[in-house]
Amino acid sequence: MTGNIDPRRITRAVEESQAAEADRSDAIRDATAPEVTVPVGGADTLARVEAGFEADAQAAAGIAPAVGGATVPRGRGRRQWPLPKQADPDAPLLVVEGLRTYFAMDGGAEVRAVDGVSFTLNDGEALGIAGESGCGKTTTALSLLRLLPANARVVDGSVRLFGIDLRLKTENQLRRYRWREISIIFQGAMNALNPVRRVGDQVAEPLVERLGQDAAEARKRAGELLELVGIPKARGRAYPHELSGGMRQRAMIAMALACDPAIVIGDEPTTALDVMVQAQILELLERLRRELGLSLILITHDLSVIAETCDRVLIMYAGKVAEEGPVDTVFRRPRHPYTQLLLRAFPNIRADVRTLGTIPGSPPDLRTPPEGCRFHPRCPLAMDVCRTEEPPEVTVHGVRVACHLYPPGGEGTVVPVPIVEVVGAVADPGTGSVA
Amino acid sequence: MTDLIRLEGIAVHFPVRGGLADLVRRRPAAVVRAVDGIDLTVGPGEVVGLVGESGSGKTTTGRVVVKLTRPTAGRLLLDGADVTKVWGGDALRAYRRRIQLIFQDPYETLNPKQTVHDFVAEPMVVNRTVPSAVERERIVLEAIHSAGLRPAADFAFRYPHELSGGQRQRVVIAGALVLDPDLVVADEPVSMLDVSIRTEILQLMLELRRARGLAYLFITHDLSLAWVLADRIAVMYLGRIVEVGPAPAVIGDPRNPYTRALVSVSPSPEPPAPGVRARREILAGETPDAAHVPPGCRFHPRCPLAFDRCRTDEPPLFDVGAGHASACWLAEGGRPLPAATRLAGS
Repeated sequence: MTGNIDPRRITRAVEESQAAEADRSDAIRDATAPEVTVPVGGADTLARVEAGFEADAQAAAGIAPAVGGATVPRGRGRRQWPLPKQADPDAPLLVVEGLRTYFAMDGGAEVRAVDGVSFTLNDGEALGIAGESGCGKTTTALSLLRLLPANARVVDGSVRLFGIDLRLKTENQLRRYRWREISIIFQGAMNALNPVRRVGDQVAEPLVERLGQDAAEARKRAGELLELVGIPKARGRAYPHELSGGMRQRAMIAMALACDPAIVIGDEPTTALDVMVQAQILELLERLRRELGLSLILITHDLSVIAETCDRVLIMYAGKVAEEGPVDTVFRRPRHPYTQLLLRAFPNIRADVRTLGTIPGSPPDLRTPPEGCRFHPRCPLAMDVCRTEEPPEVTVHGVRVACHLYPPGGEGTVVPVPIVEVVGAVADPGTGSVA
Repeated sequence: MTDLIRLEGIAVHFPVRGGLADLVRRRPAAVVRAVDGIDLTVGPGEVVGLVGESGSGKTTTGRVVVKLTRPTAGRLLLDGADVTKVWGGDALRAYRRRIQLIFQDPYETLNPKQTVHDFVAEPMVVNRTVPSAVERERIVLEAIHSAGLRPAADFAFRYPHELSGGQRQRVVIAGALVLDPDLVVADEPVSMLDVSIRTEILQLMLELRRARGLAYLFITHDLSLAWVLADRIAVMYLGRIVEVGPAPAVIGDPRNPYTRALVSVSPSPEPPAPGVRARREILAGETPDAAHVPPGCRFHPRCPLAFDRCRTDEPPLFDVGAGHASACWLAEGGRPLPAATRLAGS
């Protein structure tokens, strides 16, 4: 499992340039010491992230004591801190099974935003979760750490990190995993950063909060982290509004890396950015993956971004998995009709065909999802069975797909969806096939 | 063929109010050169994609065309007639009847207290085009219908909060249509929308072009979207058009290093074959702000091919054939671009 994982780690990468071996032992000692209690008021950024999850100030005092247990320095490849006590060193990094997250709406209605989602993330892997707005991709990611709005509830399923079921953790116990095991890069860096605190201090905050480092040490490391993501250390003194969008997003990445987490989740990390800046950020994430062996979950509506950065892709539709598999297979030989239509809806600048396909209809209202397959009202290949029976998830040729066209035990041969309608400037007006 | 709209040497410079220190030291007031001398034409029924990153001046250019921003230099021509000085009164109303605008965010464009009907009817009231209320009614319903909100009577009395994002953008389009314009300036009309809705809206726009001979100035940061939609593409960088030409030529055979870099990093839904990743030309740094335009070619500090002349002389647009032009010293005489030998860091 560890053979193909680069054992270099954040601290290593940073320290090679800094040659400060002493820091590292300090950091580890601090990590294994009981965490410092910090009043909530001093935890702006974290408090903002976790707003609504802390019943009261006591929650902050109840951080689960850090574990001084089994050290698995090489067991997880890149890992810098010891694994949590109950961790199974041989378990996959993250296994999500049958996850269901429902939102309670006014009037007693229930929105089944995530309705039975399963996936696995292995060490050093990048998984892209894609789908249109409202398909449940962000809710899926936020459910892992229960960073959900007050009216949302994870009602079923399990989230196993190193074999530890995070669903069984109390709110206080879960805090030990936020930032330290799983961190999130949020979409709007302007909204996710605190406008009245210096960027460097914000990057240092998880270090103080979660690892109990003292302020001076944390600030020093924050500077190193900023350098790592391509921000000159001195810019750490800047306030968020003094940085460009790309720089702010880099700062968010530095913050997400601060505690050297096992998994980094990027929730539309490049959506608001210009193409060139997006390319820079994606390049940065790629470099960090390579150098630090990061495991990444990338949530985006943009399949193109996933095509260029991820190993595997999970396509969601209306709270369920439509298709999941290696990027190369899913993008080149999409099986689910939704995947096929979705892929055609993106312009492909490297191909010669200047057309866009359309997906008929619109996503369903998840208060009253359609019977049977949730995609059937929009599916050009819908059959009778699709209207009544939910398709099971079937694995064929290394791809998991939930569609009646691919029954269990079948060959899994790709069934192409007919081209519904095509948009494009050079689509020949003479053929009449053009809209 | 006369161009529908023609921009000649259009510049928009915004003065920056200096601080007290500037006043004391008698420093000259800084100027943001948002648009810095551009020529651009849109023919009747033509779709021109105006592509650029944030701060390139593409939105300001669009605002000049719809006369929301006064150019500080240059001429604006409609059907060959100079309309640069048309401001206010009947002349402006007559102009606006022919040139309409679609904004990016359908959530902010619509007044939450206004019904679809009232929003769509408003341009006619403001521009005093249709005095008869009955006639207005008919046109409003027709516009709502042709924007794809059907049955129109059903949608006419809804409020924005009762509509989805795609439906809102359709309402905005209906509002742009009621005056039966010749040109619609669409400023990122789909960048807030989901992919499937995005395609629908683009489809609608092209349908309207076919049915009515509508021309579009399609402003977007998304090169690949412009490529799909536009007949011609103009690429802007820091207030200047650096490359312009037929869409397939600009994308397939870019003659400006900036365009070429943009094309190389534009994501596509095709997983890269081995080796492709290496060919991405990721430019270091960010677009400088328009108050500090570099001397010479304004792209030279980030250009992987920059040489001495680029640092001192600003290149004009060189014709590289078939309506394709590039503002780069390397394109002088229609030469092809050399391969990027040196990348400006990364």
